[in-house]
Amino acid sequence: MSNEKRAQGAFFQRDRNWHAPAYTPTYKTSVLRSPQKALLSLDNSISEMTGPVFGHNQIGELDNDLILNFSQNGELPVGERIIVHGRVMDERGLPVKGALLELWQANAGGRYRHKKETYLAPLDPNFGGCGRTITDDNGDYHFRTIKPGPYPWPNGVNDWRPAHIHFSVFGDGFAQRLITQMYFEGDPLIWKCPIVQTIPSEEAVRQLIAPLDMGNTIPMDSLAYKFDIVLRGRRSTMFDNRREGN
Amino acid sequence: MTQSLNYFKETPSQTAGPYVHIGCTPNFSGLNGVFSEDLGVKILNDQAEGTRITVRGVVYDGKGAPIKDALVEIWQADAKGLFNSPSEIRGAADPNFSGWGRCPGEMESGEFVFETIKPGVVPFKDGRPMAPHITFWIVARGINIGLHTRMYFPEEIDANAADPILSRIDHKSRVPTLIATQNGSEYRFDIHLQGDNETVFFDI
Ligand SMILES: [Fe+3]
Repeated sequence: MSNEKRAQGAFFQRDRNWHAPAYTPTYKTSVLRSPQKALLSLDNSISEMTGPVFGHNQIGELDNDLILNFSQNGELPVGERIIVHGRVMDERGLPVKGALLELWQANAGGRYRHKKETYLAPLDPNFGGCGRTITDDNGDYHFRTIKPGPYPWPNGVNDWRPAHIHFSVFGDGFAQRLITQMYFEGDPLIWKCPIVQTIPSEEAVRQLIAPLDMGNTIPMDSLAYKFDIVLRGRRSTMFDNRREGN
Repeated sequence: MTQSLNYFKETPSQTAGPYVHIGCTPNFSGLNGVFSEDLGVKILNDQAEGTRITVRGVVYDGKGAPIKDALVEIWQADAKGLFNSPSEIRGAADPNFSGWGRCPGEMESGEFVFETIKPGVVPFKDGRPMAPHITFWIVARGINIGLHTRMYFPEEIDANAADPILSRIDHKSRVPTLIATQNGSEYRFDIHLQGDNETVFFDI
């Protein structure tokens, strides 16, 4: 089999014990939003093995630069300047090229730019909080942004979200579709957060914590954090039962 | 001792939270001037082949309240049953039809709307035809991992009866949760996260 051939096989089964279950009552919103009946388990069909492709022509030049993409009159947002970079790969360690990454986050004070957001921390006139990019041929990506602040949220009486960046990831098959959150090394709020605690194992949570990456910091400019993302891997197609013309 | 399989673990899913629109449909949420346009808004152009249809619905929580912060994505074949995807090896799909749509629920009603075409027939892996269907993926605050399901068409009575996925559902009374209701070119597909009408969701 040639390495150039576009991945086509069915995806590895999802390890549902690694992910959060649907019903997690300490994260209260899940109580009425969690399916209660068993999922219907199926091997992929072509409908899930395929997925759309995103082109660089759909993405603007500053879409991955949150420091500049909402700046007004050339003024910069307040906060710690950081680079977030990493590789999107699959469970076999193969790079996922052309993956669409979309991210959103609060500003340095922990405030989102959204109509329904009511936290008293102020908006930053120069910070929008959204970015997107497409991975290169090695599966690599990078963003530039400011480090988001933690914020309180209505769940328990005194629950706080650790600093985090939300990621939406689109690989090459619809079955790989994933939304997750990236946390920052050393944040004591991570282990107190009811949303983090929906994930059953500490080992799985650690997969969401980006380490400080001094090697990739830009001196006198920006710190760097590395966040690799793993999507479902594909089975080899060698012995898959495909009929002529399928 | 054995060799290691050397597989990595999938990155754990986390809820999309209440502000998924900032990242995925910022222009819809009023965050203008960053992205030129929200992705997935237009599934087809005027030249696309096939029967035009509108698909609407609401995602309901366990108390029957509409969820107003959901994001719904669809993925489907073109009129001939081909996917506009690099992984499609059976032929070239209609270049005027992307097959992928993304819609946030309307902020007051929670309703999502897709302007698309009726998909053709796609073979199951054993070669049997699958009835025409649209693949759905739903995320929202309170949903820890995105939910996969499918919408089927009510007029396809014979094809639905022979569909290899629908026929895998043990409790036949749950099959209608995957079948839209039709009014001309308009289809309604409501999604219920819990309750007697809980939609069949897939581990796929
Ligand atoms: Fe958040």
